[in-house]
Amino acid sequence: MNKKELGYDTINLGHGSGGLMTRELLDKIIFETFSNPYLDQKHDGSIIQIDGKMAISTDSFVVSPIFFKGGNIGDLAVNGTVNDVAMCGAQPEFLSLAFIVEEGLPIDDFVKIVETIKETADQSGVKIITGDTKVVERGKGDKIFINTTGFGKVHPKANISAKKINPGDKIIISGPIAQHGMAIMSQRDGLEFESSIESDTTNLNFLVGKLLDAFGDKIHLFRDPTRGGLASVLTEIAGDINLGINIIENQLPIDDQVAAACEMLGLDPLFVANEGIFVSIVDPTIESEMIELMQKDDKGQSAICIGEITKEHPNKVVMHSVIGGKRMVTPLLGEQLPRIC
Amino acid sequence: MKYLSEYRNLEATKQYLDLIHKTATKTWNIMEICGGQTHGLVKNGIINLLPENVRMIHGPGCPVCVTPLNLIDKAVELLENGVIVCSFGDMVRVPGSKKSLLEAKANGGDLRILYSPLEAVNIAKQNPNKEVVFFAVGFETTAPANALSVLHAKKEEVKNYSILVSHVLVPPAMEGILGDEFCTIDAFLGAGHVCAIMGMKEYYPLVEKYKIPIVVTGFEPLDLVQGIYLAIQQLEKGEYKLENQYSRVVREEGNLEALKVIQSVFEVGDREWRGIGTIPDSGYVLKPAFRDYDAETKFGISSIATPENSECIAGQILKGIKKPHECPQFGKACNPSNPLGAPMVSSEGACAAYYHFSNHLN
Repeated sequence: MNKKELGYDTINLGHGSGGLMTRELLDKIIFETFSNPYLDQKHDGSIIQIDGKMAISTDSFVVSPIFFKGGNIGDLAVNGTVNDVAMCGAQPEFLSLAFIVEEGLPIDDFVKIVETIKETADQSGVKIITGDTKVVERGKGDKIFINTTGFGKVHPKANISAKKINPGDKIIISGPIAQHGMAIMSQRDGLEFESSIESDTTNLNFLVGKLLDAFGDKIHLFRDPTRGGLASVLTEIAGDINLGINIIENQLPIDDQVAAACEMLGLDPLFVANEGIFVSIVDPTIESEMIELMQKDDKGQSAICIGEITKEHPNKVVMHSVIGGKRMVTPLLGEQLPRIC
Repeated sequence: MKYLSEYRNLEATKQYLDLIHKTATKTWNIMEICGGQTHGLVKNGIINLLPENVRMIHGPGCPVCVTPLNLIDKAVELLENGVIVCSFGDMVRVPGSKKSLLEAKANGGDLRILYSPLEAVNIAKQNPNKEVVFFAVGFETTAPANALSVLHAKKEEVKNYSILVSHVLVPPAMEGILGDEFCTIDAFLGAGHVCAIMGMKEYYPLVEKYKIPIVVTGFEPLDLVQGIYLAIQQLEKGEYKLENQYSRVVREEGNLEALKVIQSVFEVGDREWRGIGTIPDSGYVLKPAFRDYDAETKFGISSIATPENSECIAGQILKGIKKPHECPQFGKACNPSNPLGAPMVSSEGACAAYYHFSNHLN
């Protein structure tokens, strides 16, 4: 599909009117791309059969720029929600997909994003079964916003809950931190710098499924450290369990180029967003076996234990620094901003 | 990373920490001048690895913290009057008397966060019908780039560009601290990056006049413990001299090119320091030939004056008389979400550094 077939160069208000132009946009782009038995009924919603425990998660995506190294907003819209469902210990099956488009978005950009969503959804094994498209006036949005909601069956062996975390539990991370945030930062207005840093956006549901098959309820928690980075997720967890968290600075996996970019911009990689890694808190008896299994998977090659749960300093996260000192890790306040010096 | 990983080495850092423990026989108060050094000390947990008798006192070297409240109000005023205001990132959250730059942006102001003032000149070129102001705060380190932006604007005849200047200088601040009757400081860690620009010569007279050791120091863990050790060595021997721990970056004469740029655009003048007050000859002002680029004159905003919050003891914190957690408001009425003063909001501010990294350890 391209702009010639649709007869327009850009999305305009008519495409969100609910009339003929909307129908044409949906038929030629959305339904053609995502065709499946649920969607093909072209009804207001979809009817699905639910057996047993389901996990549901929703997320809105407003990233700017919408195209960045390693992906676009479409990858995030699928992977972000797929991963949130996976973090509940479930295998995502269905997605809803809603666009809010600012008039003037080139049709080619829209098509590219839709195609990415299709590709990413296929890779994750999820079907788009319902959706919505709205168009807002120029200046009332920022090119395109996407909301997705994911549904999936909870793994029969999963029992994911912060309540199950015990002192001595190990904290395992699946890959290098701060990739996504630094890829975005390197392309932001006023901050552009040359780098080959790519977003880590990817789906984690199959790796999570594999781990649950192998270790079941020995896995106590999964979390993906997206916005706010690793520090925010760990401090949230510590706040929820009446226990403390120790992490070891020199165990944290980070790519050299990402570390250098963080240094240059004065950002702490602990607070920088990720879109393709997860943290798991697990029974200490499965630590090495689990890391070994993760490292055999594309999505977990750099898996490593970064710390453990402790009875000391309840509700606090303490980082053991490279030089043997200790410091407290606090959640991100507001947006992380580049520093002067 | 070359020149970084070597200075974050556990063994080497431990060796110097051991030397500090062995060498320090008396109680010594050492002030690190620069906020970047405070951050390095707290972030790496160095303060808790030092012997009890070696006390680090956090100096005034956080540009965001010492920028007076009225300058923030002036920038907000510009933003609310349709001027494109460009700023370094950490200035934008600092509360003014009514709001921060970030809040003014939320209300519709065109605020741009930049790394380089030269980018602001480009923005001015791209928006010929708008006025563009760069919020030129900082110590001697940011002065060359800010000066260069004015030179570029003049050369390219960009008339809609100006800077809101709040440049402060380190040596007058050190002198102000040493002259305070409550001063208990025995030695200084000099600000490495400031000296990389300015060189060492301004510090010899301070060493002589106040008979105090100054060790120009870098920012990595090994730099910091080495700097502290060199200071203690001098103190224990009863010596006072200027030493350069950061010789991989700092040259005796400084960066001559950068100095030339600064001197062509700026001259030394009186400056107000947040929490401290006006210190004579303690900052840079634009030279008369560049007054057209002075946003305060251009927009007639120099009369905006704002009193400081009386509950904030930033002045005593910045002079090292009190530690952040000794403030009755610390972590209570004053916290990063609701800062009473700038040291709690800037990432290099002593209060924020204590709040973020070590409040459970005290």
